[in-house]
Amino acid sequence: MTAANAPSLSPRANRFEPARLRREFPIFANNPGLVFLDSGASAQKPRSVIDGVAEFYRREYANVHRGVYRLSERATERYEEARETVQAFLNAADAREIVFVRNATEAINLVAGSWGAATLRPGDEVLISELEHHSNIVPWQILRDRIGIRLVVAPIDAEGGLDLAAFEGLFSERTRLVALTHVANATGAMVPVERVVRLAHRHGAKVLIDGSQAAPRLPVDVRALDCDFYAMTGHKLYGPTGIGVLYGRYELLETMPPWQGGGDMVLHVSFEKTLYQDPPHRFEAGTPNIAGAVGLALALDFIEELGREAIREHEEALTAYGADQLSRIPDLCLFGAGERRLGILSFDLDGVHPHDVASVLDQHHVAVRAGHHCAQPLMERLGVAGTTRASLGVYNDERDIDALAAAIEAAREIFLR
Amino acid sequence: MMDLRELYQEIILDHGRHPRNLRAIPEATHKAQGHNPLCGDRVTVYIAVEGERIADVSFEGRGCAISTAAASLMTEVLKGKTVAEARALFAAFHSRVTGAACEALFREVPGGADGALCEDLEEALERLEPLFGVKAYPARVKCATLSWHALEAALKNGAAKVTTE
Repeated sequence: MTAANAPSLSPRANRFEPARLRREFPIFANNPGLVFLDSGASAQKPRSVIDGVAEFYRREYANVHRGVYRLSERATERYEEARETVQAFLNAADAREIVFVRNATEAINLVAGSWGAATLRPGDEVLISELEHHSNIVPWQILRDRIGIRLVVAPIDAEGGLDLAAFEGLFSERTRLVALTHVANATGAMVPVERVVRLAHRHGAKVLIDGSQAAPRLPVDVRALDCDFYAMTGHKLYGPTGIGVLYGRYELLETMPPWQGGGDMVLHVSFEKTLYQDPPHRFEAGTPNIAGAVGLALALDFIEELGREAIREHEEALTAYGADQLSRIPDLCLFGAGERRLGILSFDLDGVHPHDVASVLDQHHVAVRAGHHCAQPLMERLGVAGTTRASLGVYNDERDIDALAAAIEAAREIFLR
Repeated sequence: MMDLRELYQEIILDHGRHPRNLRAIPEATHKAQGHNPLCGDRVTVYIAVEGERIADVSFEGRGCAISTAAASLMTEVLKGKTVAEARALFAAFHSRVTGAACEALFREVPGGADGALCEDLEEALERLEPLFGVKAYPARVKCATLSWHALEAALKNGAAKVTTE
C-alpha cells in the first residue's frame, strides 16, 4: 500500500497522531497505562502484522520452493513478494540482493562467515567503532581468532559521536571492510554513513552498515548510500521476531560461498559434488521463516503507509523534546550522541544504578531498558557500568516523555533525596 | 505489586550508599567473584576462615542498591559464624527471597534440621529481612543473591568465579 491510499493517518500532513496510532497496537489496549519506551530493544506489533500472519497461516500456508501444488506456489509467492517489499523498502536494485535471515546479528555473522572467511587474509583489517553493539564486534573477533585478521576500532569523540578524523586516520592498505552502526543502539548517536561509505570506498574497503536502529526511524536507500551490505532486523521494524534482512550488492553476494549447508540452497547434490543456488537462496538453507517474512512485509507496508519521512520527523521532534525535558532534570546526565541523536535517550542519574532507576520507572508503568545494552566496550569508554535507556517508536508522544520525566523524579526522590 | 518503598527501605538505601566491609582482605583464605551477566555487576567476596569460624569477611565491587546492600548486610551477619552456619544462612535467605525451599543445607547445621535455625541464626536472618521484599520483583532476586552465590563458591573452591546465570 502506498501513502496515497492511506485513509486516516494522513502522512502527507506530516503530523503524527501517536495517541490514535496506539489503537493499531493491541498491546496498549491490553496493558492500560503502559508507557512503552523500549522500542529500541523490540518494537510492538500493529494489528495488521499480528492478524496478517495469523491469516497467512489460516489461508495460504505451505512450505516454499518445493510443492508443485497450488498452496505451496501461493506461499512461495507471498515469501518472494516479501523479498520485493524489502527490496523496495531499501531501494535495492534487485530483489536477489535481499537475503532473509533471523535478525541483524545473523546478517552480520553471514557476512563474516561467508564473505569474510573466504576473502580476508591474515593481517587484513576490519574497521569498526566504539559505538558498536556486540553483534558487530563478536563476529569479527571470532573471524580474527579463526584466520588472523586485525580488528581496528575507531574512537568516539568528546561529544559521543564517531570521531571522523580519527576514523579516517585508521585506514591502512590492509583495510578491507568497514563495519559500522547507522544509529548507535546504546546512545542514539547517528553515524554519518554517507561520508563513511565514501571514505571507505576511496580506500578500497567494502562497507557493512548495521541498520537495526536506523531502519525503523529513517528512510534508507542502499543505492544512494552506496553501501555494500546493510543489516536490519524485523522485530524492531514493528514486524515479527526471528526474521531479519541482509542486503548485499549482487556482484558481492555472487562471489560469496555458502554459509550454511542444507536444503533449498542447492541446485544438485551428489556425494561427489554439490552445486549451489545463486543468491539469495544460496544463503537460505533449510525451510526459512516463511510467516516471518510475510509478517515483515506487512510491517514494512505499515511503515510505508505512515510515511518514512513522517516517521523520521516524528522521531526527530520527539527525540529533541525528550532530550530537552530530560536535560532539565537535576542530577541527570544525558549521554552524548555526537552531532545528531535519533530515537534513543540514554542517561545516568548521578550514579544510581540503572536497574534501580528502571525498577522505579517500572512501578510507574514506564518500560525502559537498563544495563549495558550489549555495548559493553562503549559503556567502558563512557565510564559507566550501564545506562538507563528510553527509546522511541511511532506510538510514543510527548505525554510518554512527560511520564518518563515524572518517574525519574520519583527515582530521584528515593535515591537522591 | 507492593509499594516500591518496601523494596527500597531506608536500611537498603543506607547500605547501598554506604556499604560496610567494602575492602579486600589480603590474607583471605577464600575468595570468589560473582558476576551477573544481565546487568554486568561484579562482586568479589573475601573470607578469612580461622578454624571453623569466619574471622573476617568483606567484598569489593559496586552494583545496584539491592546487590550492594545485600553484600554489605551479608558481611555484617557472617562475621563470627561458622562455615556451616554461613551455608545454612544462605539456604534460609535464598528460600526467603525466592520462595523456593532449600532444606538440604540445613541438615549440616547443628540444631538446624527440618529447616529450622537456631536462635542465633534466626537473629542473623532477621537482620536480612529488609531484603526479602525482592521476592515480589523476580528480575531483582539475582541482585540480592549474587554476593551469597559468590560466598558459596568461595567456601567450596577457595577461589572461583560464579555467575548468576
